[in-house]
Amino acid sequence: MSKNRYPRLLGLLPLLGTLLLGGCNMTLLDPKGQVGLDERNLIITATLLMLLVVVPVIVMTFLFAWKYRASNTQATYTPKWSHSTKIEVAVWTIPVLIIIALGYVTYKSTHALDPYRPLDSDVKPITIEVVSMDWKWLFIYPEQGIATVNKIVFPAHTPINFKVTSDTVMNSFFIPGLGGQIYAMAGMQTKLHLIANQNTELEGISANYSGAGFSGMKFKATATTQEEFDAWVNEVKKAPKQLEKAEYEALSKPSQNNPVELYSSVTPNLFQTIIDKYEGMNPGKPMHHEKHEKEVAHNMEGMDMSSHSAAGAEE
Amino acid sequence: MFGKLSWEAIPFHEPIVMVTLAIIALGGLGLFAGITYFKKWTYLWTEWLTSVDHKKIGVMYIIVAMVMLLRGFADAIMMRTQQAMATVGSPGYLPPEHYDQIFTAHGVIMIIFMAMPFFTGLMNLAVPLQIGARDVAYPFLNSLSFWLLVSGVVLINVSLGVGEFAKTGWVAYPPLSGLQYSPGVGVDYYIWALQLSGLGTTLTGVNFLATVLKMRTPGMKLMDMPIFTWTCTWANVLIVASFPILTATLALLTLDRYMDFHIFTNELGGNPMMYVNLFWAWGHPEVYILILPAFGIFSEVISTFTGKKLFGHHSMIYASGAISVLGFMVWLHHFFTMGSGASVNAFFGLATMLISIPTGVKLFNWLFTIYQGRLRFTSQVLWTLGFMVTFAIGGMTGVLLAIPGADFVLHNSLFVIAHFHNVIIGGAVFGYIAGFAFYFPKAFGFKLHEGWGKAAFGFWITGFFVAFMPLYALGFMGMTRRLNTTTNPEWVPYLYVAMFGAVLIACGIACQLIQLYVSVRDRKKPENMCEHGDPWNAHTLEWSTSSPPPFYNFAVLPKAEVIDPFTEAKENGTAYQAPAKYEPIHMPNNTATGVVMGALLTVFGFAMIWHIWWLAIASLVGTVAYFVIHAARDDQGYMVPVDVIERIEAEQHKRLVAAGKIPATATRVETSLEQA
Repeated sequence: MSKNRYPRLLGLLPLLGTLLLGGCNMTLLDPKGQVGLDERNLIITATLLMLLVVVPVIVMTFLFAWKYRASNTQATYTPKWSHSTKIEVAVWTIPVLIIIALGYVTYKSTHALDPYRPLDSDVKPITIEVVSMDWKWLFIYPEQGIATVNKIVFPAHTPINFKVTSDTVMNSFFIPGLGGQIYAMAGMQTKLHLIANQNTELEGISANYSGAGFSGMKFKATATTQEEFDAWVNEVKKAPKQLEKAEYEALSKPSQNNPVELYSSVTPNLFQTIIDKYEGMNPGKPMHHEKHEKEVAHNMEGMDMSSHSAAGAEE
Repeated sequence: MFGKLSWEAIPFHEPIVMVTLAIIALGGLGLFAGITYFKKWTYLWTEWLTSVDHKKIGVMYIIVAMVMLLRGFADAIMMRTQQAMATVGSPGYLPPEHYDQIFTAHGVIMIIFMAMPFFTGLMNLAVPLQIGARDVAYPFLNSLSFWLLVSGVVLINVSLGVGEFAKTGWVAYPPLSGLQYSPGVGVDYYIWALQLSGLGTTLTGVNFLATVLKMRTPGMKLMDMPIFTWTCTWANVLIVASFPILTATLALLTLDRYMDFHIFTNELGGNPMMYVNLFWAWGHPEVYILILPAFGIFSEVISTFTGKKLFGHHSMIYASGAISVLGFMVWLHHFFTMGSGASVNAFFGLATMLISIPTGVKLFNWLFTIYQGRLRFTSQVLWTLGFMVTFAIGGMTGVLLAIPGADFVLHNSLFVIAHFHNVIIGGAVFGYIAGFAFYFPKAFGFKLHEGWGKAAFGFWITGFFVAFMPLYALGFMGMTRRLNTTTNPEWVPYLYVAMFGAVLIACGIACQLIQLYVSVRDRKKPENMCEHGDPWNAHTLEWSTSSPPPFYNFAVLPKAEVIDPFTEAKENGTAYQAPAKYEPIHMPNNTATGVVMGALLTVFGFAMIWHIWWLAIASLVGTVAYFVIHAARDDQGYMVPVDVIERIEAEQHKRLVAAGKIPATATRVETSLEQA
């Protein structure tokens, strides 16, 4: 490989980056929330790092194949040459170096972008409890005492603590325009922390196939000003429907492309009741909710016993 | 009497299914009539179905793989058509209950019933020859493995017409695959098709490990084994370590579905997360089982067609080993979004990235094999170069997905679909097709038509990029996988382009079929014939015997004291030397036990699926009894008499002289006299 090829290629890299950024309809490349923004920057950094080795490999493939074509009898031919310590060291070292750099980025970002890590903000977060059902999303606002189906509204610039579970098979709770996703699983609670950087209307989906009605399992996610949010809450509180036991049972029946529903009130502790429904480890024994929640959280943490890294986002 | 089975199981109301069934029935009838008309039943039975010859079993594996490629590709075209049609409010032509079966079947077929048999077929064909062996360690077991695969193939195809297939995605995650959410027989078809063929795969792994450990020709050191044999060996290590996990996981799911256990259910203490972990503890090694042998083929192709030794033979072996070992420690990257802690996610992300190091080394080693070589641009080489470019991109997107922070937004999106098709098509499938063109002359004694082969490559690689690059973009646009209908108008043009790409790939497949037809038609043309055995001027022992090789492979076990023994022999003028005297050869007898056990186990699987308990018991007892009888027969094989060997080798001698491989003046006897 001649030496002057690298600088020229390097000059192209930022160009490629801007090309990617320029994709205006690419939801993931133009996110409206800080988490999504950090994740996008991570994707771009990692891609550029890897292109450092991928582009030369592709160029070398074409170059070598052409130069050492059988018809080119001018080129050197060394049929027995099959080992060179120098090259061996280089071909092991180059990927190792790239992976060390990428590994560092990965380690830092995995802790910084851990969906369980509460976001740093001066604004008091709001909590939204999320339940995936066949085939719709139920959202409970425990602080406001309201609930909705297939629609959420929340104030921008305010961290949102999503608590997620499922009253059916596994789904994945995902608002692509805002940031990462988390699985919704019955009998368990997972957590996701997101924030909107601006007022916007976004599409939310299930990103894990869950059966026949899966394609229609969509919801609107609207980020508004605090005033508009308060007004919306007051409006929902005037909604005729209330999410009581019978209403919830009716809602539990499988339905496809479910319309938006608004509930002015919710049975207290409904979210925890849905989780507990599937509790079967110790049948007959009364469960203390606080302890249970702690256990679930502990289980979900896996091996991670340390406190969450406070490291900031990558870029 | 017939369990859950009734006339209602046949989907008379589904025109697409009924037309497909009619075509299959007509084709089957035609085949049956053809075989009967040409009186080929006895030939088929004695020469193929009951054969324990690794070469014939290899050919049968590849035939199954190609038929299933057509079936799996038909599913792919239907899916792409549906997604291109079912946009902005249109329901398309496939309702969810049909569409969901199609994407499940597509995944299962392409991985378990296309890629696996294709790799197993190539391994069967080449590995014993590469190590100078006369067959595999356990020839009957090899036949049984094949027929277990066929059992799975039969079951998954029966599901098309009788009942339904799983609507769960190829991963069949519970609780969706549990009895509560999938009460039909679809998941049961899935379980038994995978269970039977998976058992066959485990036996294949054991068989080939024993083969390379115990059956190498005298003098061949482990580290001198050809690189394809080595990559297959690593794949077999992965098979024996990972397929039992699949067997156990499916058995646990079976208990859930048949006996009301609650291992993976939502309630009563079941834990679906356990299934997800177990599935990928098998599923991730599985993709390396597919890709490693393809790496081996590329290595053989590159070193053969550059006329050079493979650069870094040992480095390649270590790199493959590193990939295999690391491949077992990364399964969690398939579900970073399940809520593991940051440290767990980071560990699995980093472990995954480590794999890119040995993989990168391999790419460089291929490059430096081309470096200072004389590369002949045959179709096999085109597939290899196409692979190197495509795989570099697919590897990069894979590493990107290994970063948990990136995966949180890309997980389950079409980006993931694009990534794994990028590595499976651009890696495994390209490798198998290259291997098919490379080893076809070895199996049949004539070459495949190069023009059609190159045309197929052109369509495949263009089609691949046109079909899957839009999916990367759609992933970034927030489109998730397995959608039956979509509403975002901005996705539509990309879906159209992807559909067009699938059509291009269809043209590629058509070229391959035409290639087969043209090659068979022109097989007697002198430029195509290569029965002497060495059409590519290759390095390793499989090319030192005739094409197709005699059933005993080597009249005398070849010498192998270096990495490329055949090249060395050709250079020293010691290739093709006949001995003064042949010794009788011990060979195994053919046996119908494999095909009979396979048939009985197919019935067993079918009976289990439909809860026909008496039939299940009867067929299982029959299987065991037949095996016991087979084992009790204590068949010791037979000796091939010297005069038979002499006759076969004399013919090969004539061919070698005709091909100019050995001087016409030197007759075989003289050569042997000199030696004596």
